[in-house]
Amino acid sequence: MKQQRPIVIRNGRVIDPSQGIDAIADIVLMDGLVIGIDSPGATQLSNDWSEFDASDKIVAPGFIDLHTHLRTPGQEWKEDPKTASEAAVRGGFTTICAMPNTYPAQDNASVVGELTQRCASESDVRIRPIGAITKGRKGHELAPMHELADAGVVGLSDDGDPVMSPHMMRQALTYSSDLGLPIINHAEDRGLVADWDMNEGAVATHLGLRGIPNSAESMMIARDIELARITGGRLHVPHVSTAESVEIIRRAKSESINVTAEVTPHHLALTEEWVYGERGNVPMVLHANAYDSNAKMAPPLRSEDDRVALIKGLEDGTIDAIGTDHAPHADTDKVCTFTEAANGIIGLETALPLTVGIAAINLNLVIERLTVGPRAILGDGTIGTLKPGAKADVIIIDPDAVWHVDRTTLGSKSHNTPLFASNAKGRVLATFVAGGKIWDADGYGASDA
Amino acid sequence: MIANLVTATRSSGAPLTADSKHLLDVDSLSPEQVHSLGSRAVEFRQLRASQPFKSDSLRGGSIYTLFFENSTRTRVSFEHAGKALGADVINIAASTSSVNKGESLLNTVLTLDAMGIDALIVRHPHSGAPHFIARHVNAVVINAGDGAHGHPTQALLDVLTLQDHLGNLKGAKLALIGDILHSRVARSDIISFRKMGVEIAVAGPPTLLPQGWTPGPNSLGIPGTEVTVHETVEDAIRDADAIMCLRLQLERQTSGLLPDVNEYSRVWGINAERLALASPGAPVMHPGPMNEGLEISTDIAHGSLSLVENQVENGLVMRMAVLEHFCAPTREVP
Repeated sequence: MKQQRPIVIRNGRVIDPSQGIDAIADIVLMDGLVIGIDSPGATQLSNDWSEFDASDKIVAPGFIDLHTHLRTPGQEWKEDPKTASEAAVRGGFTTICAMPNTYPAQDNASVVGELTQRCASESDVRIRPIGAITKGRKGHELAPMHELADAGVVGLSDDGDPVMSPHMMRQALTYSSDLGLPIINHAEDRGLVADWDMNEGAVATHLGLRGIPNSAESMMIARDIELARITGGRLHVPHVSTAESVEIIRRAKSESINVTAEVTPHHLALTEEWVYGERGNVPMVLHANAYDSNAKMAPPLRSEDDRVALIKGLEDGTIDAIGTDHAPHADTDKVCTFTEAANGIIGLETALPLTVGIAAINLNLVIERLTVGPRAILGDGTIGTLKPGAKADVIIIDPDAVWHVDRTTLGSKSHNTPLFASNAKGRVLATFVAGGKIWDADGYGASDA
Repeated sequence: MIANLVTATRSSGAPLTADSKHLLDVDSLSPEQVHSLGSRAVEFRQLRASQPFKSDSLRGGSIYTLFFENSTRTRVSFEHAGKALGADVINIAASTSSVNKGESLLNTVLTLDAMGIDALIVRHPHSGAPHFIARHVNAVVINAGDGAHGHPTQALLDVLTLQDHLGNLKGAKLALIGDILHSRVARSDIISFRKMGVEIAVAGPPTLLPQGWTPGPNSLGIPGTEVTVHETVEDAIRDADAIMCLRLQLERQTSGLLPDVNEYSRVWGINAERLALASPGAPVMHPGPMNEGLEISTDIAHGSLSLVENQVENGLVMRMAVLEHFCAPTREVP
């Protein structure tokens, strides 16, 4: 982390849901920490301090992503810690959690230790590893969870692959229950549908693609919740995509079962119609741009009813956090037939454009679910807040700024997003990590610092 | 032997003005264009009937067929059609190409496109493969069947075949029987016959219907694709003016969608008893290849009401009409 002179960020609209703050204020960063929030102009500048004018802009705690695919080790041609960091700061993320579906998998301390070391030297953001639930993520034997916890993992997941065996899932929830780490299970019952292309429904029927129904997700979430009920284990449901799933989680929470949930920006903003390649419109005639592989991911984009239910779940707190499921892929994985294409889209840099720009979700709520929500799940009180003493991870946002999504603006090594080559609304203008400005858009505020 | 060298000028039908350079599915064609291609196909059929036919309307043009699935009638009729119009036709079977060395679909079609070809006729097991290819090549792309999505020339020849038999199709009732879920012929037929004003009655095992299709009105999800699903094949066939019997893929049994093919035959197969429920003289079509004795009984498949061989002949002349329209050389032929 770069150490810099103390900084005063002046006159911004500070939104910090952790303290219920939404007001014009100055904030002071020193020695890598937030040391105070003052009324505008109240802070007296010492000689060696720098000043940053955030007038007419939003100032918020740096975002936390619970769900980033770092592709490191093993697939560095898709992403590496440096480019993931470049993508994170452009999207306003100052802490990202790295999913364990790497090669080799994050299923022992030496692999996790090596990744942590690489991240510390190659990236500018905080990268928190997530360990595997089972050895090799194969679903047969538990990974050494104590060893992984000692190595610093913040959660356990076989992500990409569900823990299909109820027996294995039960043991995972039981064994981990005194570690305090969430078991994050990709909910997709492959016994129901093994091979699929997109959401089951009218669009799949029209396009002749193989569908997967909502129930493939909700029945596994229901199973996992019943297992959390009998084990007392801690369950976290990643990338919730269906209305039924939201309802099942809502009921579980009302019964005080230890479950949390996350939703992706793309499931909040986009629907299955995006597979048509016409930005969500239904074309009367399929042209060459149909079958857009950048609208393919697991879980798939669902129906408008599902999207609305997800937003409702985000609003009422059923869904605790927004997690990007940032999934970089090279052209060779995406420039092919829809059926051949890999699942997943990049998400760090488009989180704000999708949630605030396209889905038009309240900005304060989005910030809350990208800071307070994930920080509670990680149990780390030093991030996701601007309380004095917290890590000085701060971002400056213009929710109305329009930018063009292309190779020059994206920091990720990959550019597999359905927003590619289009204008996006909602931009992070500057990102500070540990009190140092890591990035700014088009030299924003450069003259101040 | 070469006759009719210059007689193949268009003499009837509305002018063809497809707004799309490619033929990815029948949805891009207006009803007038479907009629016009049909009229042209009938002209070709008449020209072929009187004497051996060869035209030079596509002379100098190069057409590649690229098939990633097995095919008899579609590939051969495209080749025959292209040669009859004077084009150089080259056939590429994926099984003997560099695809077997791991070459990607993208690099395969870029390689072919770099030969400077005029048209690429593609069959692929993945829905949308022709759309993907059309995004990346200069050549005209003709879809010869993609996954469960579409088979536009089959739909055009099916419309022509039924038109030959019934005359005006408006208000006619077609029974579409069998595996709709996995059938590209079903999807393209629904779009093309609905375009011509045909009512479509559907029946098949519920496991082989698109998800969410229950007895009553259904569609492919866009206007102009409405069909009525019936609970029994008898209900669907009753008073139908024609029957389209779809092929049953034998692997549907092993993948758990059907108990066994004999039960399919007993409950959904087209036989004389069921055909008697249709309007008198109602013909039976099948896109082929047939599982004779399974989805269609032998006496019907080869009986007087079978249009299967008409479909094959119309397949050839319709593909001539399609190639003439979509692949007319844009370069000056020296």
